[in-house]
Amino acid sequence: MKTLNFVCLLAILLLTSCSSDNDNLLEPINETQDLILVKSIESNTHKIDIYSKSGYFEQGYNKIYFQLKDVNENYINNASVTWKPMMHMMEMNHSCPYSAITRKAESETLYQGYIVFQMPSNGMEFWTITFEYSINGENFTAEETVEVLMAPKKRINVFTGSDDVRYILALIEPANPQVAINDMTVGIFKMENMMSFPIVNNFKMNIDPRMPSMGNHSSPNNVNLTQSTLDNLYHGKLSLTMTGYWKINLQLLNALDEVIKGEEVTDSNPESSIFFELEF
Amino acid sequence: MKKIILIYLVHIGFTSLVFAQESLTDTIKEVQLKEVVVIGNAASKNQNENKPLGTIDSYLEKVNSVHMIKRGAYAWEPQLQGMTSERSVITIDGMRIYSACTDKMDPVISYLEIANLSEATIQSGQAGAENGATIAGNINLKRKKSGFINDGFKGALVSGFETVNEQKIEGVAAQYSTENFYSNIDFTLRSAENYKAGGNREVLYSQFSKYNVAAIMGYKINDKQNTEVSLIYDEAKNVGYPALPMDVSLARAFIGALQYQNTLTSNVFSNWETKVYYNDITHVMDDSKRPDVPIRMDMPGWSKTLGMYSKIDAAFKKHLFSFNISSHYNTSLAEMTMFPNNPNENDMFMLTWPDVATTYVGFFAKEEFKFKEHWTLFSTIGTALHSNTIRDDFGLQSLRIFYTEMEKSKTRFLKNFSTQITYKNNKWQHKTGIGYGERAPSVSEGYGFYLYNSFDGFDYIGNPFLKNEKSYEINLSTQFKTKNITTKIQTAYFHITDYIIGKPNFSFSPMTIGANGIKVYEQLPYASIFNADFSIQYKLFNSFTFKGKTIYRMGMDNNNNNLPLIQPFSYETALRYQKNMFFVEFLLEGAAKQTNFSPEFGENQTNAYTILNLSASQTLYLNQQRVVLKLGAENFLDTYYSTFADWNNIPRTGRNIFINLTYSL
Repeated sequence: MKTLNFVCLLAILLLTSCSSDNDNLLEPINETQDLILVKSIESNTHKIDIYSKSGYFEQGYNKIYFQLKDVNENYINNASVTWKPMMHMMEMNHSCPYSAITRKAESETLYQGYIVFQMPSNGMEFWTITFEYSINGENFTAEETVEVLMAPKKRINVFTGSDDVRYILALIEPANPQVAINDMTVGIFKMENMMSFPIVNNFKMNIDPRMPSMGNHSSPNNVNLTQSTLDNLYHGKLSLTMTGYWKINLQLLNALDEVIKGEEVTDSNPESSIFFELEF
Repeated sequence: MKKIILIYLVHIGFTSLVFAQESLTDTIKEVQLKEVVVIGNAASKNQNENKPLGTIDSYLEKVNSVHMIKRGAYAWEPQLQGMTSERSVITIDGMRIYSACTDKMDPVISYLEIANLSEATIQSGQAGAENGATIAGNINLKRKKSGFINDGFKGALVSGFETVNEQKIEGVAAQYSTENFYSNIDFTLRSAENYKAGGNREVLYSQFSKYNVAAIMGYKINDKQNTEVSLIYDEAKNVGYPALPMDVSLARAFIGALQYQNTLTSNVFSNWETKVYYNDITHVMDDSKRPDVPIRMDMPGWSKTLGMYSKIDAAFKKHLFSFNISSHYNTSLAEMTMFPNNPNENDMFMLTWPDVATTYVGFFAKEEFKFKEHWTLFSTIGTALHSNTIRDDFGLQSLRIFYTEMEKSKTRFLKNFSTQITYKNNKWQHKTGIGYGERAPSVSEGYGFYLYNSFDGFDYIGNPFLKNEKSYEINLSTQFKTKNITTKIQTAYFHITDYIIGKPNFSFSPMTIGANGIKVYEQLPYASIFNADFSIQYKLFNSFTFKGKTIYRMGMDNNNNNLPLIQPFSYETALRYQKNMFFVEFLLEGAAKQTNFSPEFGENQTNAYTILNLSASQTLYLNQQRVVLKLGAENFLDTYYSTFADWNNIPRTGRNIFINLTYSL
């Protein structure tokens, strides 16, 4: 015990001394340390560096960060920015669910938002993102094509519900699933028209995680998802009892608890028609 | 010599140490190493063991208070007083060893060989609490050593063969001893193919092979002080478990100890013994030999224990005391990796034991008080601090799926005491005693994660919120002994509160493919276990001996439902002829139909059976070097049978002819 105390004390001393050293250094701002550049959009006046955790966009929910710089590489952190993703298909164009842009809290340079790409890019069909921003009353526009990869696992469900509305369900969390009770977050959107995909309110989502390779083993103490008033997304708890491939079977319920889509998993029905996939 | 004949039925000699004690003397020691010192006795002792090169398991099985759960031909699980192995403590010279297998496939004794040991001491109930908190008692195995006697160099070779599984046993032992130094080294090799049940039916996956090497060395510093170092290395490979869906590719143990002994010559204190020890167990389950499994998996487990004890004897007036302070630290870790049939999927991994650290610090005292002629009072008292900590965060998070509120650590305080009064005269010995003890849940009971039990087909989930299990016991025994007859009746009753047992929870989905469901360890308000055994031996006309024994057990929960794995009425009767160096024995053993079984645990009724065993031996001297030849037949009539203790009703061995040869030089 004495040894342990001594070791702890030593560790604390070392840590304290290290951190005080660091305080004295003036580090350059590097807020993209944990992010990877996906794409840069350069115009005559500005440059937009687009980042994500993975360094690419894929089908489904994408958390996106970007920095806005002038030609002298000075960060502009007071712009008001909007964006619009657009899918350019052979016959038509359509958008997808996306958030407003906000400044990332406690950061000097980063803007953030999310886009739910409901389909990947392919040879003839591609996504663009158009940024519209105003700096000190002056308006600018920048547009660039981005590549959206096909997700190896199903992270998005697009379907028409029993109420004839077209819905989009996007898995947000867990991004790094653990053998534990994971926080689960899903965005539920509906398609009002080709350009408008607002968040659906007051629905519920039932989850039933299963391992098809383990005789459809399920896990205990899952909590079905309900909408949070904080971010309007849907939150619940997802238990994963081991690593491997999990299928999260879903049922979407409206405010009246009527099933809009999805079936209960039973002995005779091994899966729901809507589900997410996780593998870790 | 008569004493030895019924060596497992009677109290051996007079010992101040223990009560309710049964003792086994291992023949190997006698044969190999003591023959010159005690010529006649050593020889006859050997003859009286049915199968001198049997496993420790087969030796222990003869003790009335022990029965063995069998999952195959190897690594039987000893149950003491009709209770599962969590309720007893098995030690080697007081050393604690924790098994590394989540499925009880490696009881501590499976890491030993008969050549390592001289005897086993079985203490029932709280009398056995010296080496750790227990409900059922303690089995303490004693290392074999020659001691500080001026014997010089000796050696022995043993060789055995058994037809039922083509088991080959080879052993070599050497010792060197002087008045100040001793050293014993032994090596044993066993390997067996599949055994055949009655009617020549092969039992697949019942093969095994193992080797064991051990050394012990003592050095006398001066007249009072000596030190000893003891090492055992045991490695089993390719061990089949026909009753289970998996086998074992490796079971390995390193067991080491360093001891210091001081024979104090104070008026009060005598023998002071201190030991530090370490053991390291690796156990790897695998299913690569099985052609047809729903999913392939690996299940390795590791257990490491560092411990010490220090004990001292004292005498004061008519009181004999012994005090023992012991402490140990164990870590138990087990994993499971399952390989999906779709090779593109990731492996499925979980921690089945989440690297649980157990810290135990105990104090134990016993007293023997001869308060009157013929009358002795034995008392014990003990306390212990027991703490569990989950060291692996992955494992902690896994268990929190079930118990969101659980803490990383849990500390308990355990208490025990017992008292027994004995009356002993020339012919009679009566004993009665009471005891109270507590135990902490085992690693599996507290922290197991989806441990599949192939008996009832349930996945078991540990419960970190279990309280201590508590036992109230009462025991009674009577022995009558004359020159020609010895009879003994022993009974023990245990009222166990907060009895730990797995109960189904159908709101949880099983993990193992095809499992019946999930059982979570819970606590019954109480359970009762009653054990009674009767034994007799009678010597007729000098050369003939008749012996018999019966065992009865009963185990009920608080709703009068049967507890699992309770032995039905069992019996054994034998007739033995012995003259000079020749010995022959006919032995019948059997059990009545099992009427009290537990369907909830997956048990079904086991039929009555009777089998016949025969054995004979002859001791020869060749150039003053002794050769003992032992021949025998077990299950002579080749009966196909299984007992209540056979996991999933796996059949026992059919007719077996064995030959054991020992050659001493």
